[in-house]
Amino acid sequence: MNVVETGIGDLIQPPDIEGFREWNRTKKSRKLEDKLMSEQDAVAEFVCDGCYLGTELYGTVRAPMSVVREILRQKPQHLRLAGQGVLEIDLLVAGGGVEAIDLNYYGLEVYGVSCVLRRAVEGGHIKQMAEWSNAAFSWRLKAAAMGVPFLPIRSMLGTDTFRRSAARVVEDPFTGGKICLVPALILDVSIIHVHRADRFGNAQIDGISGFAFEMARASKRLIVSAEEIIPTDQIRQCPDRTVIPYYLVDAVVHAPFGSHPGEMVYHYGRDEDEIRAWVNASKTPEGTAAYLDKTVYRPQNHAAYLEMIGEERLSDLRHKAENHR
Amino acid sequence: MSKNGYSSTELMICVAARLMEDGTTTFIGTGIPMLAAALAQRLYTPNLIPVFEFGGVGALMDELPLGVGESRTFHRALSATGICDVMETAQRGFIDYGFLGGAQIDMYGNLNSTVIGDYHAPKARLPGSGGANDVGSLCWKTIAIMRHEKMRFVPACDFITTPGYLNGPGAREAAGLPAGTGPIHVVSTLARLGFDPTTCRMSLEAVYPGVSVEDVVNSTGFELLLPRETPEIEPPTAEELHLLRDEIDPDHLYI
Repeated sequence: MNVVETGIGDLIQPPDIEGFREWNRTKKSRKLEDKLMSEQDAVAEFVCDGCYLGTELYGTVRAPMSVVREILRQKPQHLRLAGQGVLEIDLLVAGGGVEAIDLNYYGLEVYGVSCVLRRAVEGGHIKQMAEWSNAAFSWRLKAAAMGVPFLPIRSMLGTDTFRRSAARVVEDPFTGGKICLVPALILDVSIIHVHRADRFGNAQIDGISGFAFEMARASKRLIVSAEEIIPTDQIRQCPDRTVIPYYLVDAVVHAPFGSHPGEMVYHYGRDEDEIRAWVNASKTPEGTAAYLDKTVYRPQNHAAYLEMIGEERLSDLRHKAENHR
Repeated sequence: MSKNGYSSTELMICVAARLMEDGTTTFIGTGIPMLAAALAQRLYTPNLIPVFEFGGVGALMDELPLGVGESRTFHRALSATGICDVMETAQRGFIDYGFLGGAQIDMYGNLNSTVIGDYHAPKARLPGSGGANDVGSLCWKTIAIMRHEKMRFVPACDFITTPGYLNGPGAREAAGLPAGTGPIHVVSTLARLGFDPTTCRMSLEAVYPGVSVEDVVNSTGFELLLPRETPEIEPPTAEELHLLRDEIDPDHLYI
């Protein structure tokens, strides 16, 4: 295949599909085993220095915020990050351990650009970076999920987004036209927050599925945090809802309000005050440090975090979700 | 708020809403496009199918979503799927329109939402492509919504995040982008603009009430194609303003 153009962005996680097959053969159990554990144990066991980390869905929507806060507490270093997110990646970068980002979308949505990202990039603290579109990113996961080294796509062509990516443009061997190839992205660790899971890791999601299907299948290790832990019988009653089957999962963490201050459709709404508190605090390094101290480092775990937020506020958020059906 | 009793942002939303087409699939991004779609669904295009990148298809936009994945993007929707399905649907040619924004736009409608200044030592690091590049690559027709300032309407984007017509006629197809696609309008805070079919360059179509052609030219950092006559856009109707202020954005997040 004739390569027409090569993106100059860093290939932060080169795809090793043979290694991935071997990993799945030798390191992933097919047994129905109890994987329920604390967030501390899950992070201690599976998130290590230098690992390539991804989260799903994103910052204010079904986001694994409770596990992300635990990652900050355990301070892994030299992290490489799938940069699709809002509050969760903002916390990870603010925590200081991130050195490389595959950047797709990293901002605060309605609240604009991330000051944490601005300080990190404008201050030269991120050592490796590449740009991707959201579809390119999801299709990179899809390639890994399919077990193939790359996928042809029709996005990114002709732009600087392509030029600063690690994609290639090639001549399509069938039609002769130009097509963009994106490399499979195999993550070392992913963290996905879901509505419910059983102890084995069978996980179900309500509402949009984002890129959970693809990311779960593109990961060597997968931590699932769930609003509810349910009996397997209940999974078997509606297996069509299972987006992530147990054999993909390495740890199951019970995390009610795990997406707070983000939302969990049909369960609770966004905590706008708390989101704004972070938006404002993150404008300065001092404010950022104070916010992290208060909401991440001082509460020992997610239960203590929820206690700090308080039952009254949580109950308001539950109420907020009621009219979303 | 201007002396007219409405702001240029309000009129910009109305103009975008009036460009929506009933019975079409339309990709909606965070912010102004959401307000425009909500207004259009209420007033002009009851059968508009909003498409949101993380999986919401055909939502009824009773409440303003604050992001492209939040629950209101699939409130009473027809389908709640995932990003691959939505993007692949666009890649198959199923999405008619896409609404986009950015920090910079050039005369070919290329958009920048990645970085201001040098890539490695930027003046400002912005959020990056998100779904914008995909919308600009894969939808049939795109419409950009932009604040009209000289520093935003630039001779060349510091970074082309999202393809317009790249460097002119034929460039999209030569790059391998789907044939017959590209930007058709820009809705700014001063005017509605289009693209000349021969040169692919941005052209002035109509100005807002009280805005002169000279105002638009002075706020544009490149040579704009000018029509012989420039019609004036209808100001927001009382109904449009009422819906925007009292129903769609009562918390004044955008207006």
